[in-house]
Amino acid sequence: MLRKLSALLVVALATAVSLYSQGNLLINGAGATFPYPIYSKWFDEYHKAHGNIQINYQSVGSGAGIKQVTEGTVDFGASDGPMNDEQMKAYQDKHGSAILHFPTVLGADVPTYNIPGVSAPLNFTPEALAGIFLGRITKWNDPAIAAANKGVNLPNSDIVVVHRSDGSGTTYIWTDYLSKVSDDWKNKVGKGTSINWPVGLGGKGNEGVTGLIKQTPNSMGYVELIYAAQNNIPYGSVKNASGAFVKADLAGVSAAAAGAAKTMPDDFRVSITNAPGKGAYPISSFTWLLIPAKFSDAAKRDAMKDFIKWAVTDGQSAVEALSYAKLPKEVVAKELKAIGQIQ
Amino acid sequence: MAATTTTVHGAGPIAGSRSFLDRLRDGDEIARLVTFVFAGAVVLITCLLVFELWRGSVLPRHKFGFDFFFTRVWDPNSGDFGALPFIYGTLVTAAVSLVIAVPLGIGAAIFLAELAPARVSDTLQFFIDLLAAVPSVIYGVLGVFIVIPMMRQYIQPALKSSLGFLPFFSGPAYGIGFLTAGIVLAIMVIPYIISVSREVLLSVPRDQREAALALGSTRWESTWRVVVPFARTGIMGSIFLALARALGETMAVTMVIGNTPTISTSLFSPGYSIAAVIANEFTEATGDLYLQSLIELGLVLFLLTFILNGLARILIVTTSQRSGGAH
Repeated sequence: MLRKLSALLVVALATAVSLYSQGNLLINGAGATFPYPIYSKWFDEYHKAHGNIQINYQSVGSGAGIKQVTEGTVDFGASDGPMNDEQMKAYQDKHGSAILHFPTVLGADVPTYNIPGVSAPLNFTPEALAGIFLGRITKWNDPAIAAANKGVNLPNSDIVVVHRSDGSGTTYIWTDYLSKVSDDWKNKVGKGTSINWPVGLGGKGNEGVTGLIKQTPNSMGYVELIYAAQNNIPYGSVKNASGAFVKADLAGVSAAAAGAAKTMPDDFRVSITNAPGKGAYPISSFTWLLIPAKFSDAAKRDAMKDFIKWAVTDGQSAVEALSYAKLPKEVVAKELKAIGQIQ
Repeated sequence: MAATTTTVHGAGPIAGSRSFLDRLRDGDEIARLVTFVFAGAVVLITCLLVFELWRGSVLPRHKFGFDFFFTRVWDPNSGDFGALPFIYGTLVTAAVSLVIAVPLGIGAAIFLAELAPARVSDTLQFFIDLLAAVPSVIYGVLGVFIVIPMMRQYIQPALKSSLGFLPFFSGPAYGIGFLTAGIVLAIMVIPYIISVSREVLLSVPRDQREAALALGSTRWESTWRVVVPFARTGIMGSIFLALARALGETMAVTMVIGNTPTISTSLFSPGYSIAAVIANEFTEATGDLYLQSLIELGLVLFLLTFILNGLARILIVTTSQRSGGAH
């Protein structure tokens, strides 16, 4: 009796699964972990509105996302740093068609620190940040830091630098910024998701960096704005390209994007660190979806086009609740045009 | 096994196929086949692993050759990759953990097997088995919240003021680094040493103890001079199991080691281990050379485990021969 019942159940389940998958269009993506919270919300909401389209996303990291979309094991990728020319060429060679970048949301890095006895928010100049991370500025009361923080009693103690140990888009944004403001950084260290750090301790993930900073007196490091905001971690202001000290918030990040929109290249592969504009927060970045220019499956292509259109317009209303900055209007308009390139 | 089969063949005048069928019906042949497949799978998986690691690391093997083992630089931007700081960190943390865990673990095992009442021993064993089953990330969290602050505030300053003249205990006390990673690893591997050593000590025949006692030795003399040497091979086995665990541990190490590829005699210095760098950088590694260098690090770790395991075997063989000669 029991056996018959369970056999019946298995048959019923199998039919249900096959029916379900038949009516459903399944799209697979993989890539960056930074936008994962908003992507999973978007895919979920999009699925609710379009019951037959299911988008799966694995947050395996930007590097793995680029690799997988190039190898063709997923339908689309996602990355916190734009693909470089070499990677674009590798894709072109393999597929005979291009890969397109679509900015979806914006994020930022903030400098955070733990100095016993100092509670006032600190100001950081680009020179101070580059000097600290190059290991040239080693004391908190160094003139390069003190000059921007008049009235703050900075101690004469060694700065303990903390950085990310895992490969990460956060590190990419931070080092991209340092490369722009310091020639020494650009020539000696460079930018990337993992780099050869001149000084400092490595913490795994935003939580690892925060943990080390909280526990180590006189330390400083960088974390994502979204992480600092959600966990009430104090952070400092950074001097932007127009000379104003800006404390990171969503408006400042969007302002940086708007400042860069005028000079936005047609393929959207642009860095907006150290962007012009009075209110622009200088350590900001887009995060991108990597979409093949040619789909062999027309249904997938149409779904993907519709999804991107929705994400950069209606989808943007869900963005700020999760501490991401919205795309500026200019960029959205440009993207809506670019969707036509997907064939 | 082989002997029985030959006698069956020799004794049975009936056709070989029938005897094979008989054996099949008895289950012997099936059991032999199935277990053979299982044993073979282990060898196959090991070979496949080495083959994949070897195949996946073509670029760096050709580009760097043996320099890979001796280069200190790990720079994804310039494309220079060397394994030396990671090999160093892996070996140093494993060594520190064994220096701490071996005396503690074997001492506890002797107490549990020889001196404690059976009920106490069994109860404690239950807790030790629990400890062995705790996921390593939990040990990492304990390391971050308990060991690191303790190291920075008390242990490292104390070591510095008392033994600071040694190069091992110099430099700034961040609380993280080789020593902290070694201590956390020690906590993780002690249950393995205790568990296996206790079983081995318990399986030493009663005669051995009784003979020693009859000759007039005290309880401790019979334990230390007779029982422990008798169980030596097994105890060493437990240590090598612990070593293997310490070499390959990833999560707990990366949370407390500082993740900086440095080579320093000071145990206070932050470092990096092979398993930790692979776990940290693999997902975001872009470019073939970078990715394949990480795979080659995997190969190096495999090689390291292989060599240490081989040395362990040799050590066991030579010591058991020596004890065999003495008897």
